[in-house]
Amino acid sequence: MKGGTLGSVPFLGKGNAMKPKKTDEKIIFQTEKEVPLMPMSLGSMLYNKTGAWRNIRPVIDLNNCIQCGICWKFCPDVAIHIENEFPAVNLEYCKGCGICAEECPSKCIAMVEEEK
Amino acid sequence: MKKVIMGNHALSWGAQLGRAQVIAAYPITPQTQVVELLSEMCANKTLDAKFIKVESEHSAMAACIAASIAGARAFTATSSQGLTLMHELLHWASGGRNPVVMGNINRAMAPGWSIWTDQNDSLSQRDTGWIQFYCASNQEVLDTIIQAFRVSEAVMIPSMVVLDAFALSHTYEVVDIPDQEKVDAFLPRFNPPIRLTPSDPHAFGGLTSPEHYFELRYKLQKDMEKVPELVEETGREYEKMFGRYLGEVEDYRCDDAELIFVTSGTAGYTARVGVDQLRHEGVRAGNVRIRMFRPFPFEKVRMILSRARKVAVVDRNISYGHHGIFYQEVKSALYGGNHDVPVFGYITGLGGRDIMPETYKEIAQLTLAKQKPEEDITWIGVKR
Repeated sequence: MKGGTLGSVPFLGKGNAMKPKKTDEKIIFQTEKEVPLMPMSLGSMLYNKTGAWRNIRPVIDLNNCIQCGICWKFCPDVAIHIENEFPAVNLEYCKGCGICAEECPSKCIAMVEEEK
Repeated sequence: MKKVIMGNHALSWGAQLGRAQVIAAYPITPQTQVVELLSEMCANKTLDAKFIKVESEHSAMAACIAASIAGARAFTATSSQGLTLMHELLHWASGGRNPVVMGNINRAMAPGWSIWTDQNDSLSQRDTGWIQFYCASNQEVLDTIIQAFRVSEAVMIPSMVVLDAFALSHTYEVVDIPDQEKVDAFLPRFNPPIRLTPSDPHAFGGLTSPEHYFELRYKLQKDMEKVPELVEETGREYEKMFGRYLGEVEDYRCDDAELIFVTSGTAGYTARVGVDQLRHEGVRAGNVRIRMFRPFPFEKVRMILSRARKVAVVDRNISYGHHGIFYQEVKSALYGGNHDVPVFGYITGLGGRDIMPETYKEIAQLTLAKQKPEEDITWIGVKR
């Protein structure tokens, strides 16, 4: 997907975002010499899927969505991306904090309890 | 160029000559003049640095760490309550291998609220993974800052340059301020092997599983172990260019000394006067002033103290429930060696009470009167 704007907010589509350098394999260095000097990029969120922490999930009513981009901007985990000009939630990382629902000006995001 | 400046301004001059690129600091007595002068230097454009005003010392160090990750030479200064508020971030700087250089003015910890000197603020940061230097003159403060940038950046470990409240911070001394071109030749631009840049994004300091955390700490210690030699080399090169040598320790009249004091900070300069007076009275005294506390200068301390018949460690600090901190450290350095020299521990001068040449005379009398120490703490000057 290409970059564009969503309301007044410029955004980067998937193709322009940070290029993933790592595979979704867990990284394990065999010796201390391979470990970088600084604790940087030692793990990858590609394999560390954190969505399982979630108790409630956001469900977006796209009929009432005004495409303002506020949910996309406020999501603290960058778990909302844009698909066909509308927000979509990446449930592999969304932790269900509800900030998107709280901030949505048209109140079109409902937080729905996950099934046990 | 020679100028008469206060210890705090020696820190500012050191940061300017070292061409610090980012300065983030929060004012606290007795450090305030350090950042006052630095903000003037930035405003007057004698120093091309970004000056970031912050709301706390915690944020000051956070800003310095971020600047350092982005590849800038970062400097801050603080004291006492400010340093201890920063404590969490001290671990971030060393663990993240960010070679920030910081001045700390030794000020006693509250309560009782104090602005006067003792070493418990910086010595409480002993295990944070910072290199620590203790200074005894304004010239040494300036020279140490310049050398600290070079040492820190060579091993990617931050440095703390420590000076006593008022005894140095507000005391005016003649300081030889070196030429900028010469300092530039001694201290090239900071060019870290890794830096945060939009073209090569990375997550810094993120979640590190048990598979790798241990190795990071191993590497920090291994690089810390390189520092004593590096400090000596850097000191020798500085001496060649600027004519002043600073190493891990400063030994004074130790060659034939029977009684050697172990001191630090300005109390270590007073000790030289005490040593001279004692020698005048026929006591063969000497003094080792520990300049570098972390990493601890094991070899130097062992070598010098092995000549003594008695060692008296003078601590302006205390580890409650243990003893004087330098006393612990010296005993630990000597343990298992061939020299069975008795080590006496003295605590004095807490909260800014003066340490005078007479203090050393009293300590010498107490030490010479006994074969071996009968207690681990001998208090000098407590009203009781």
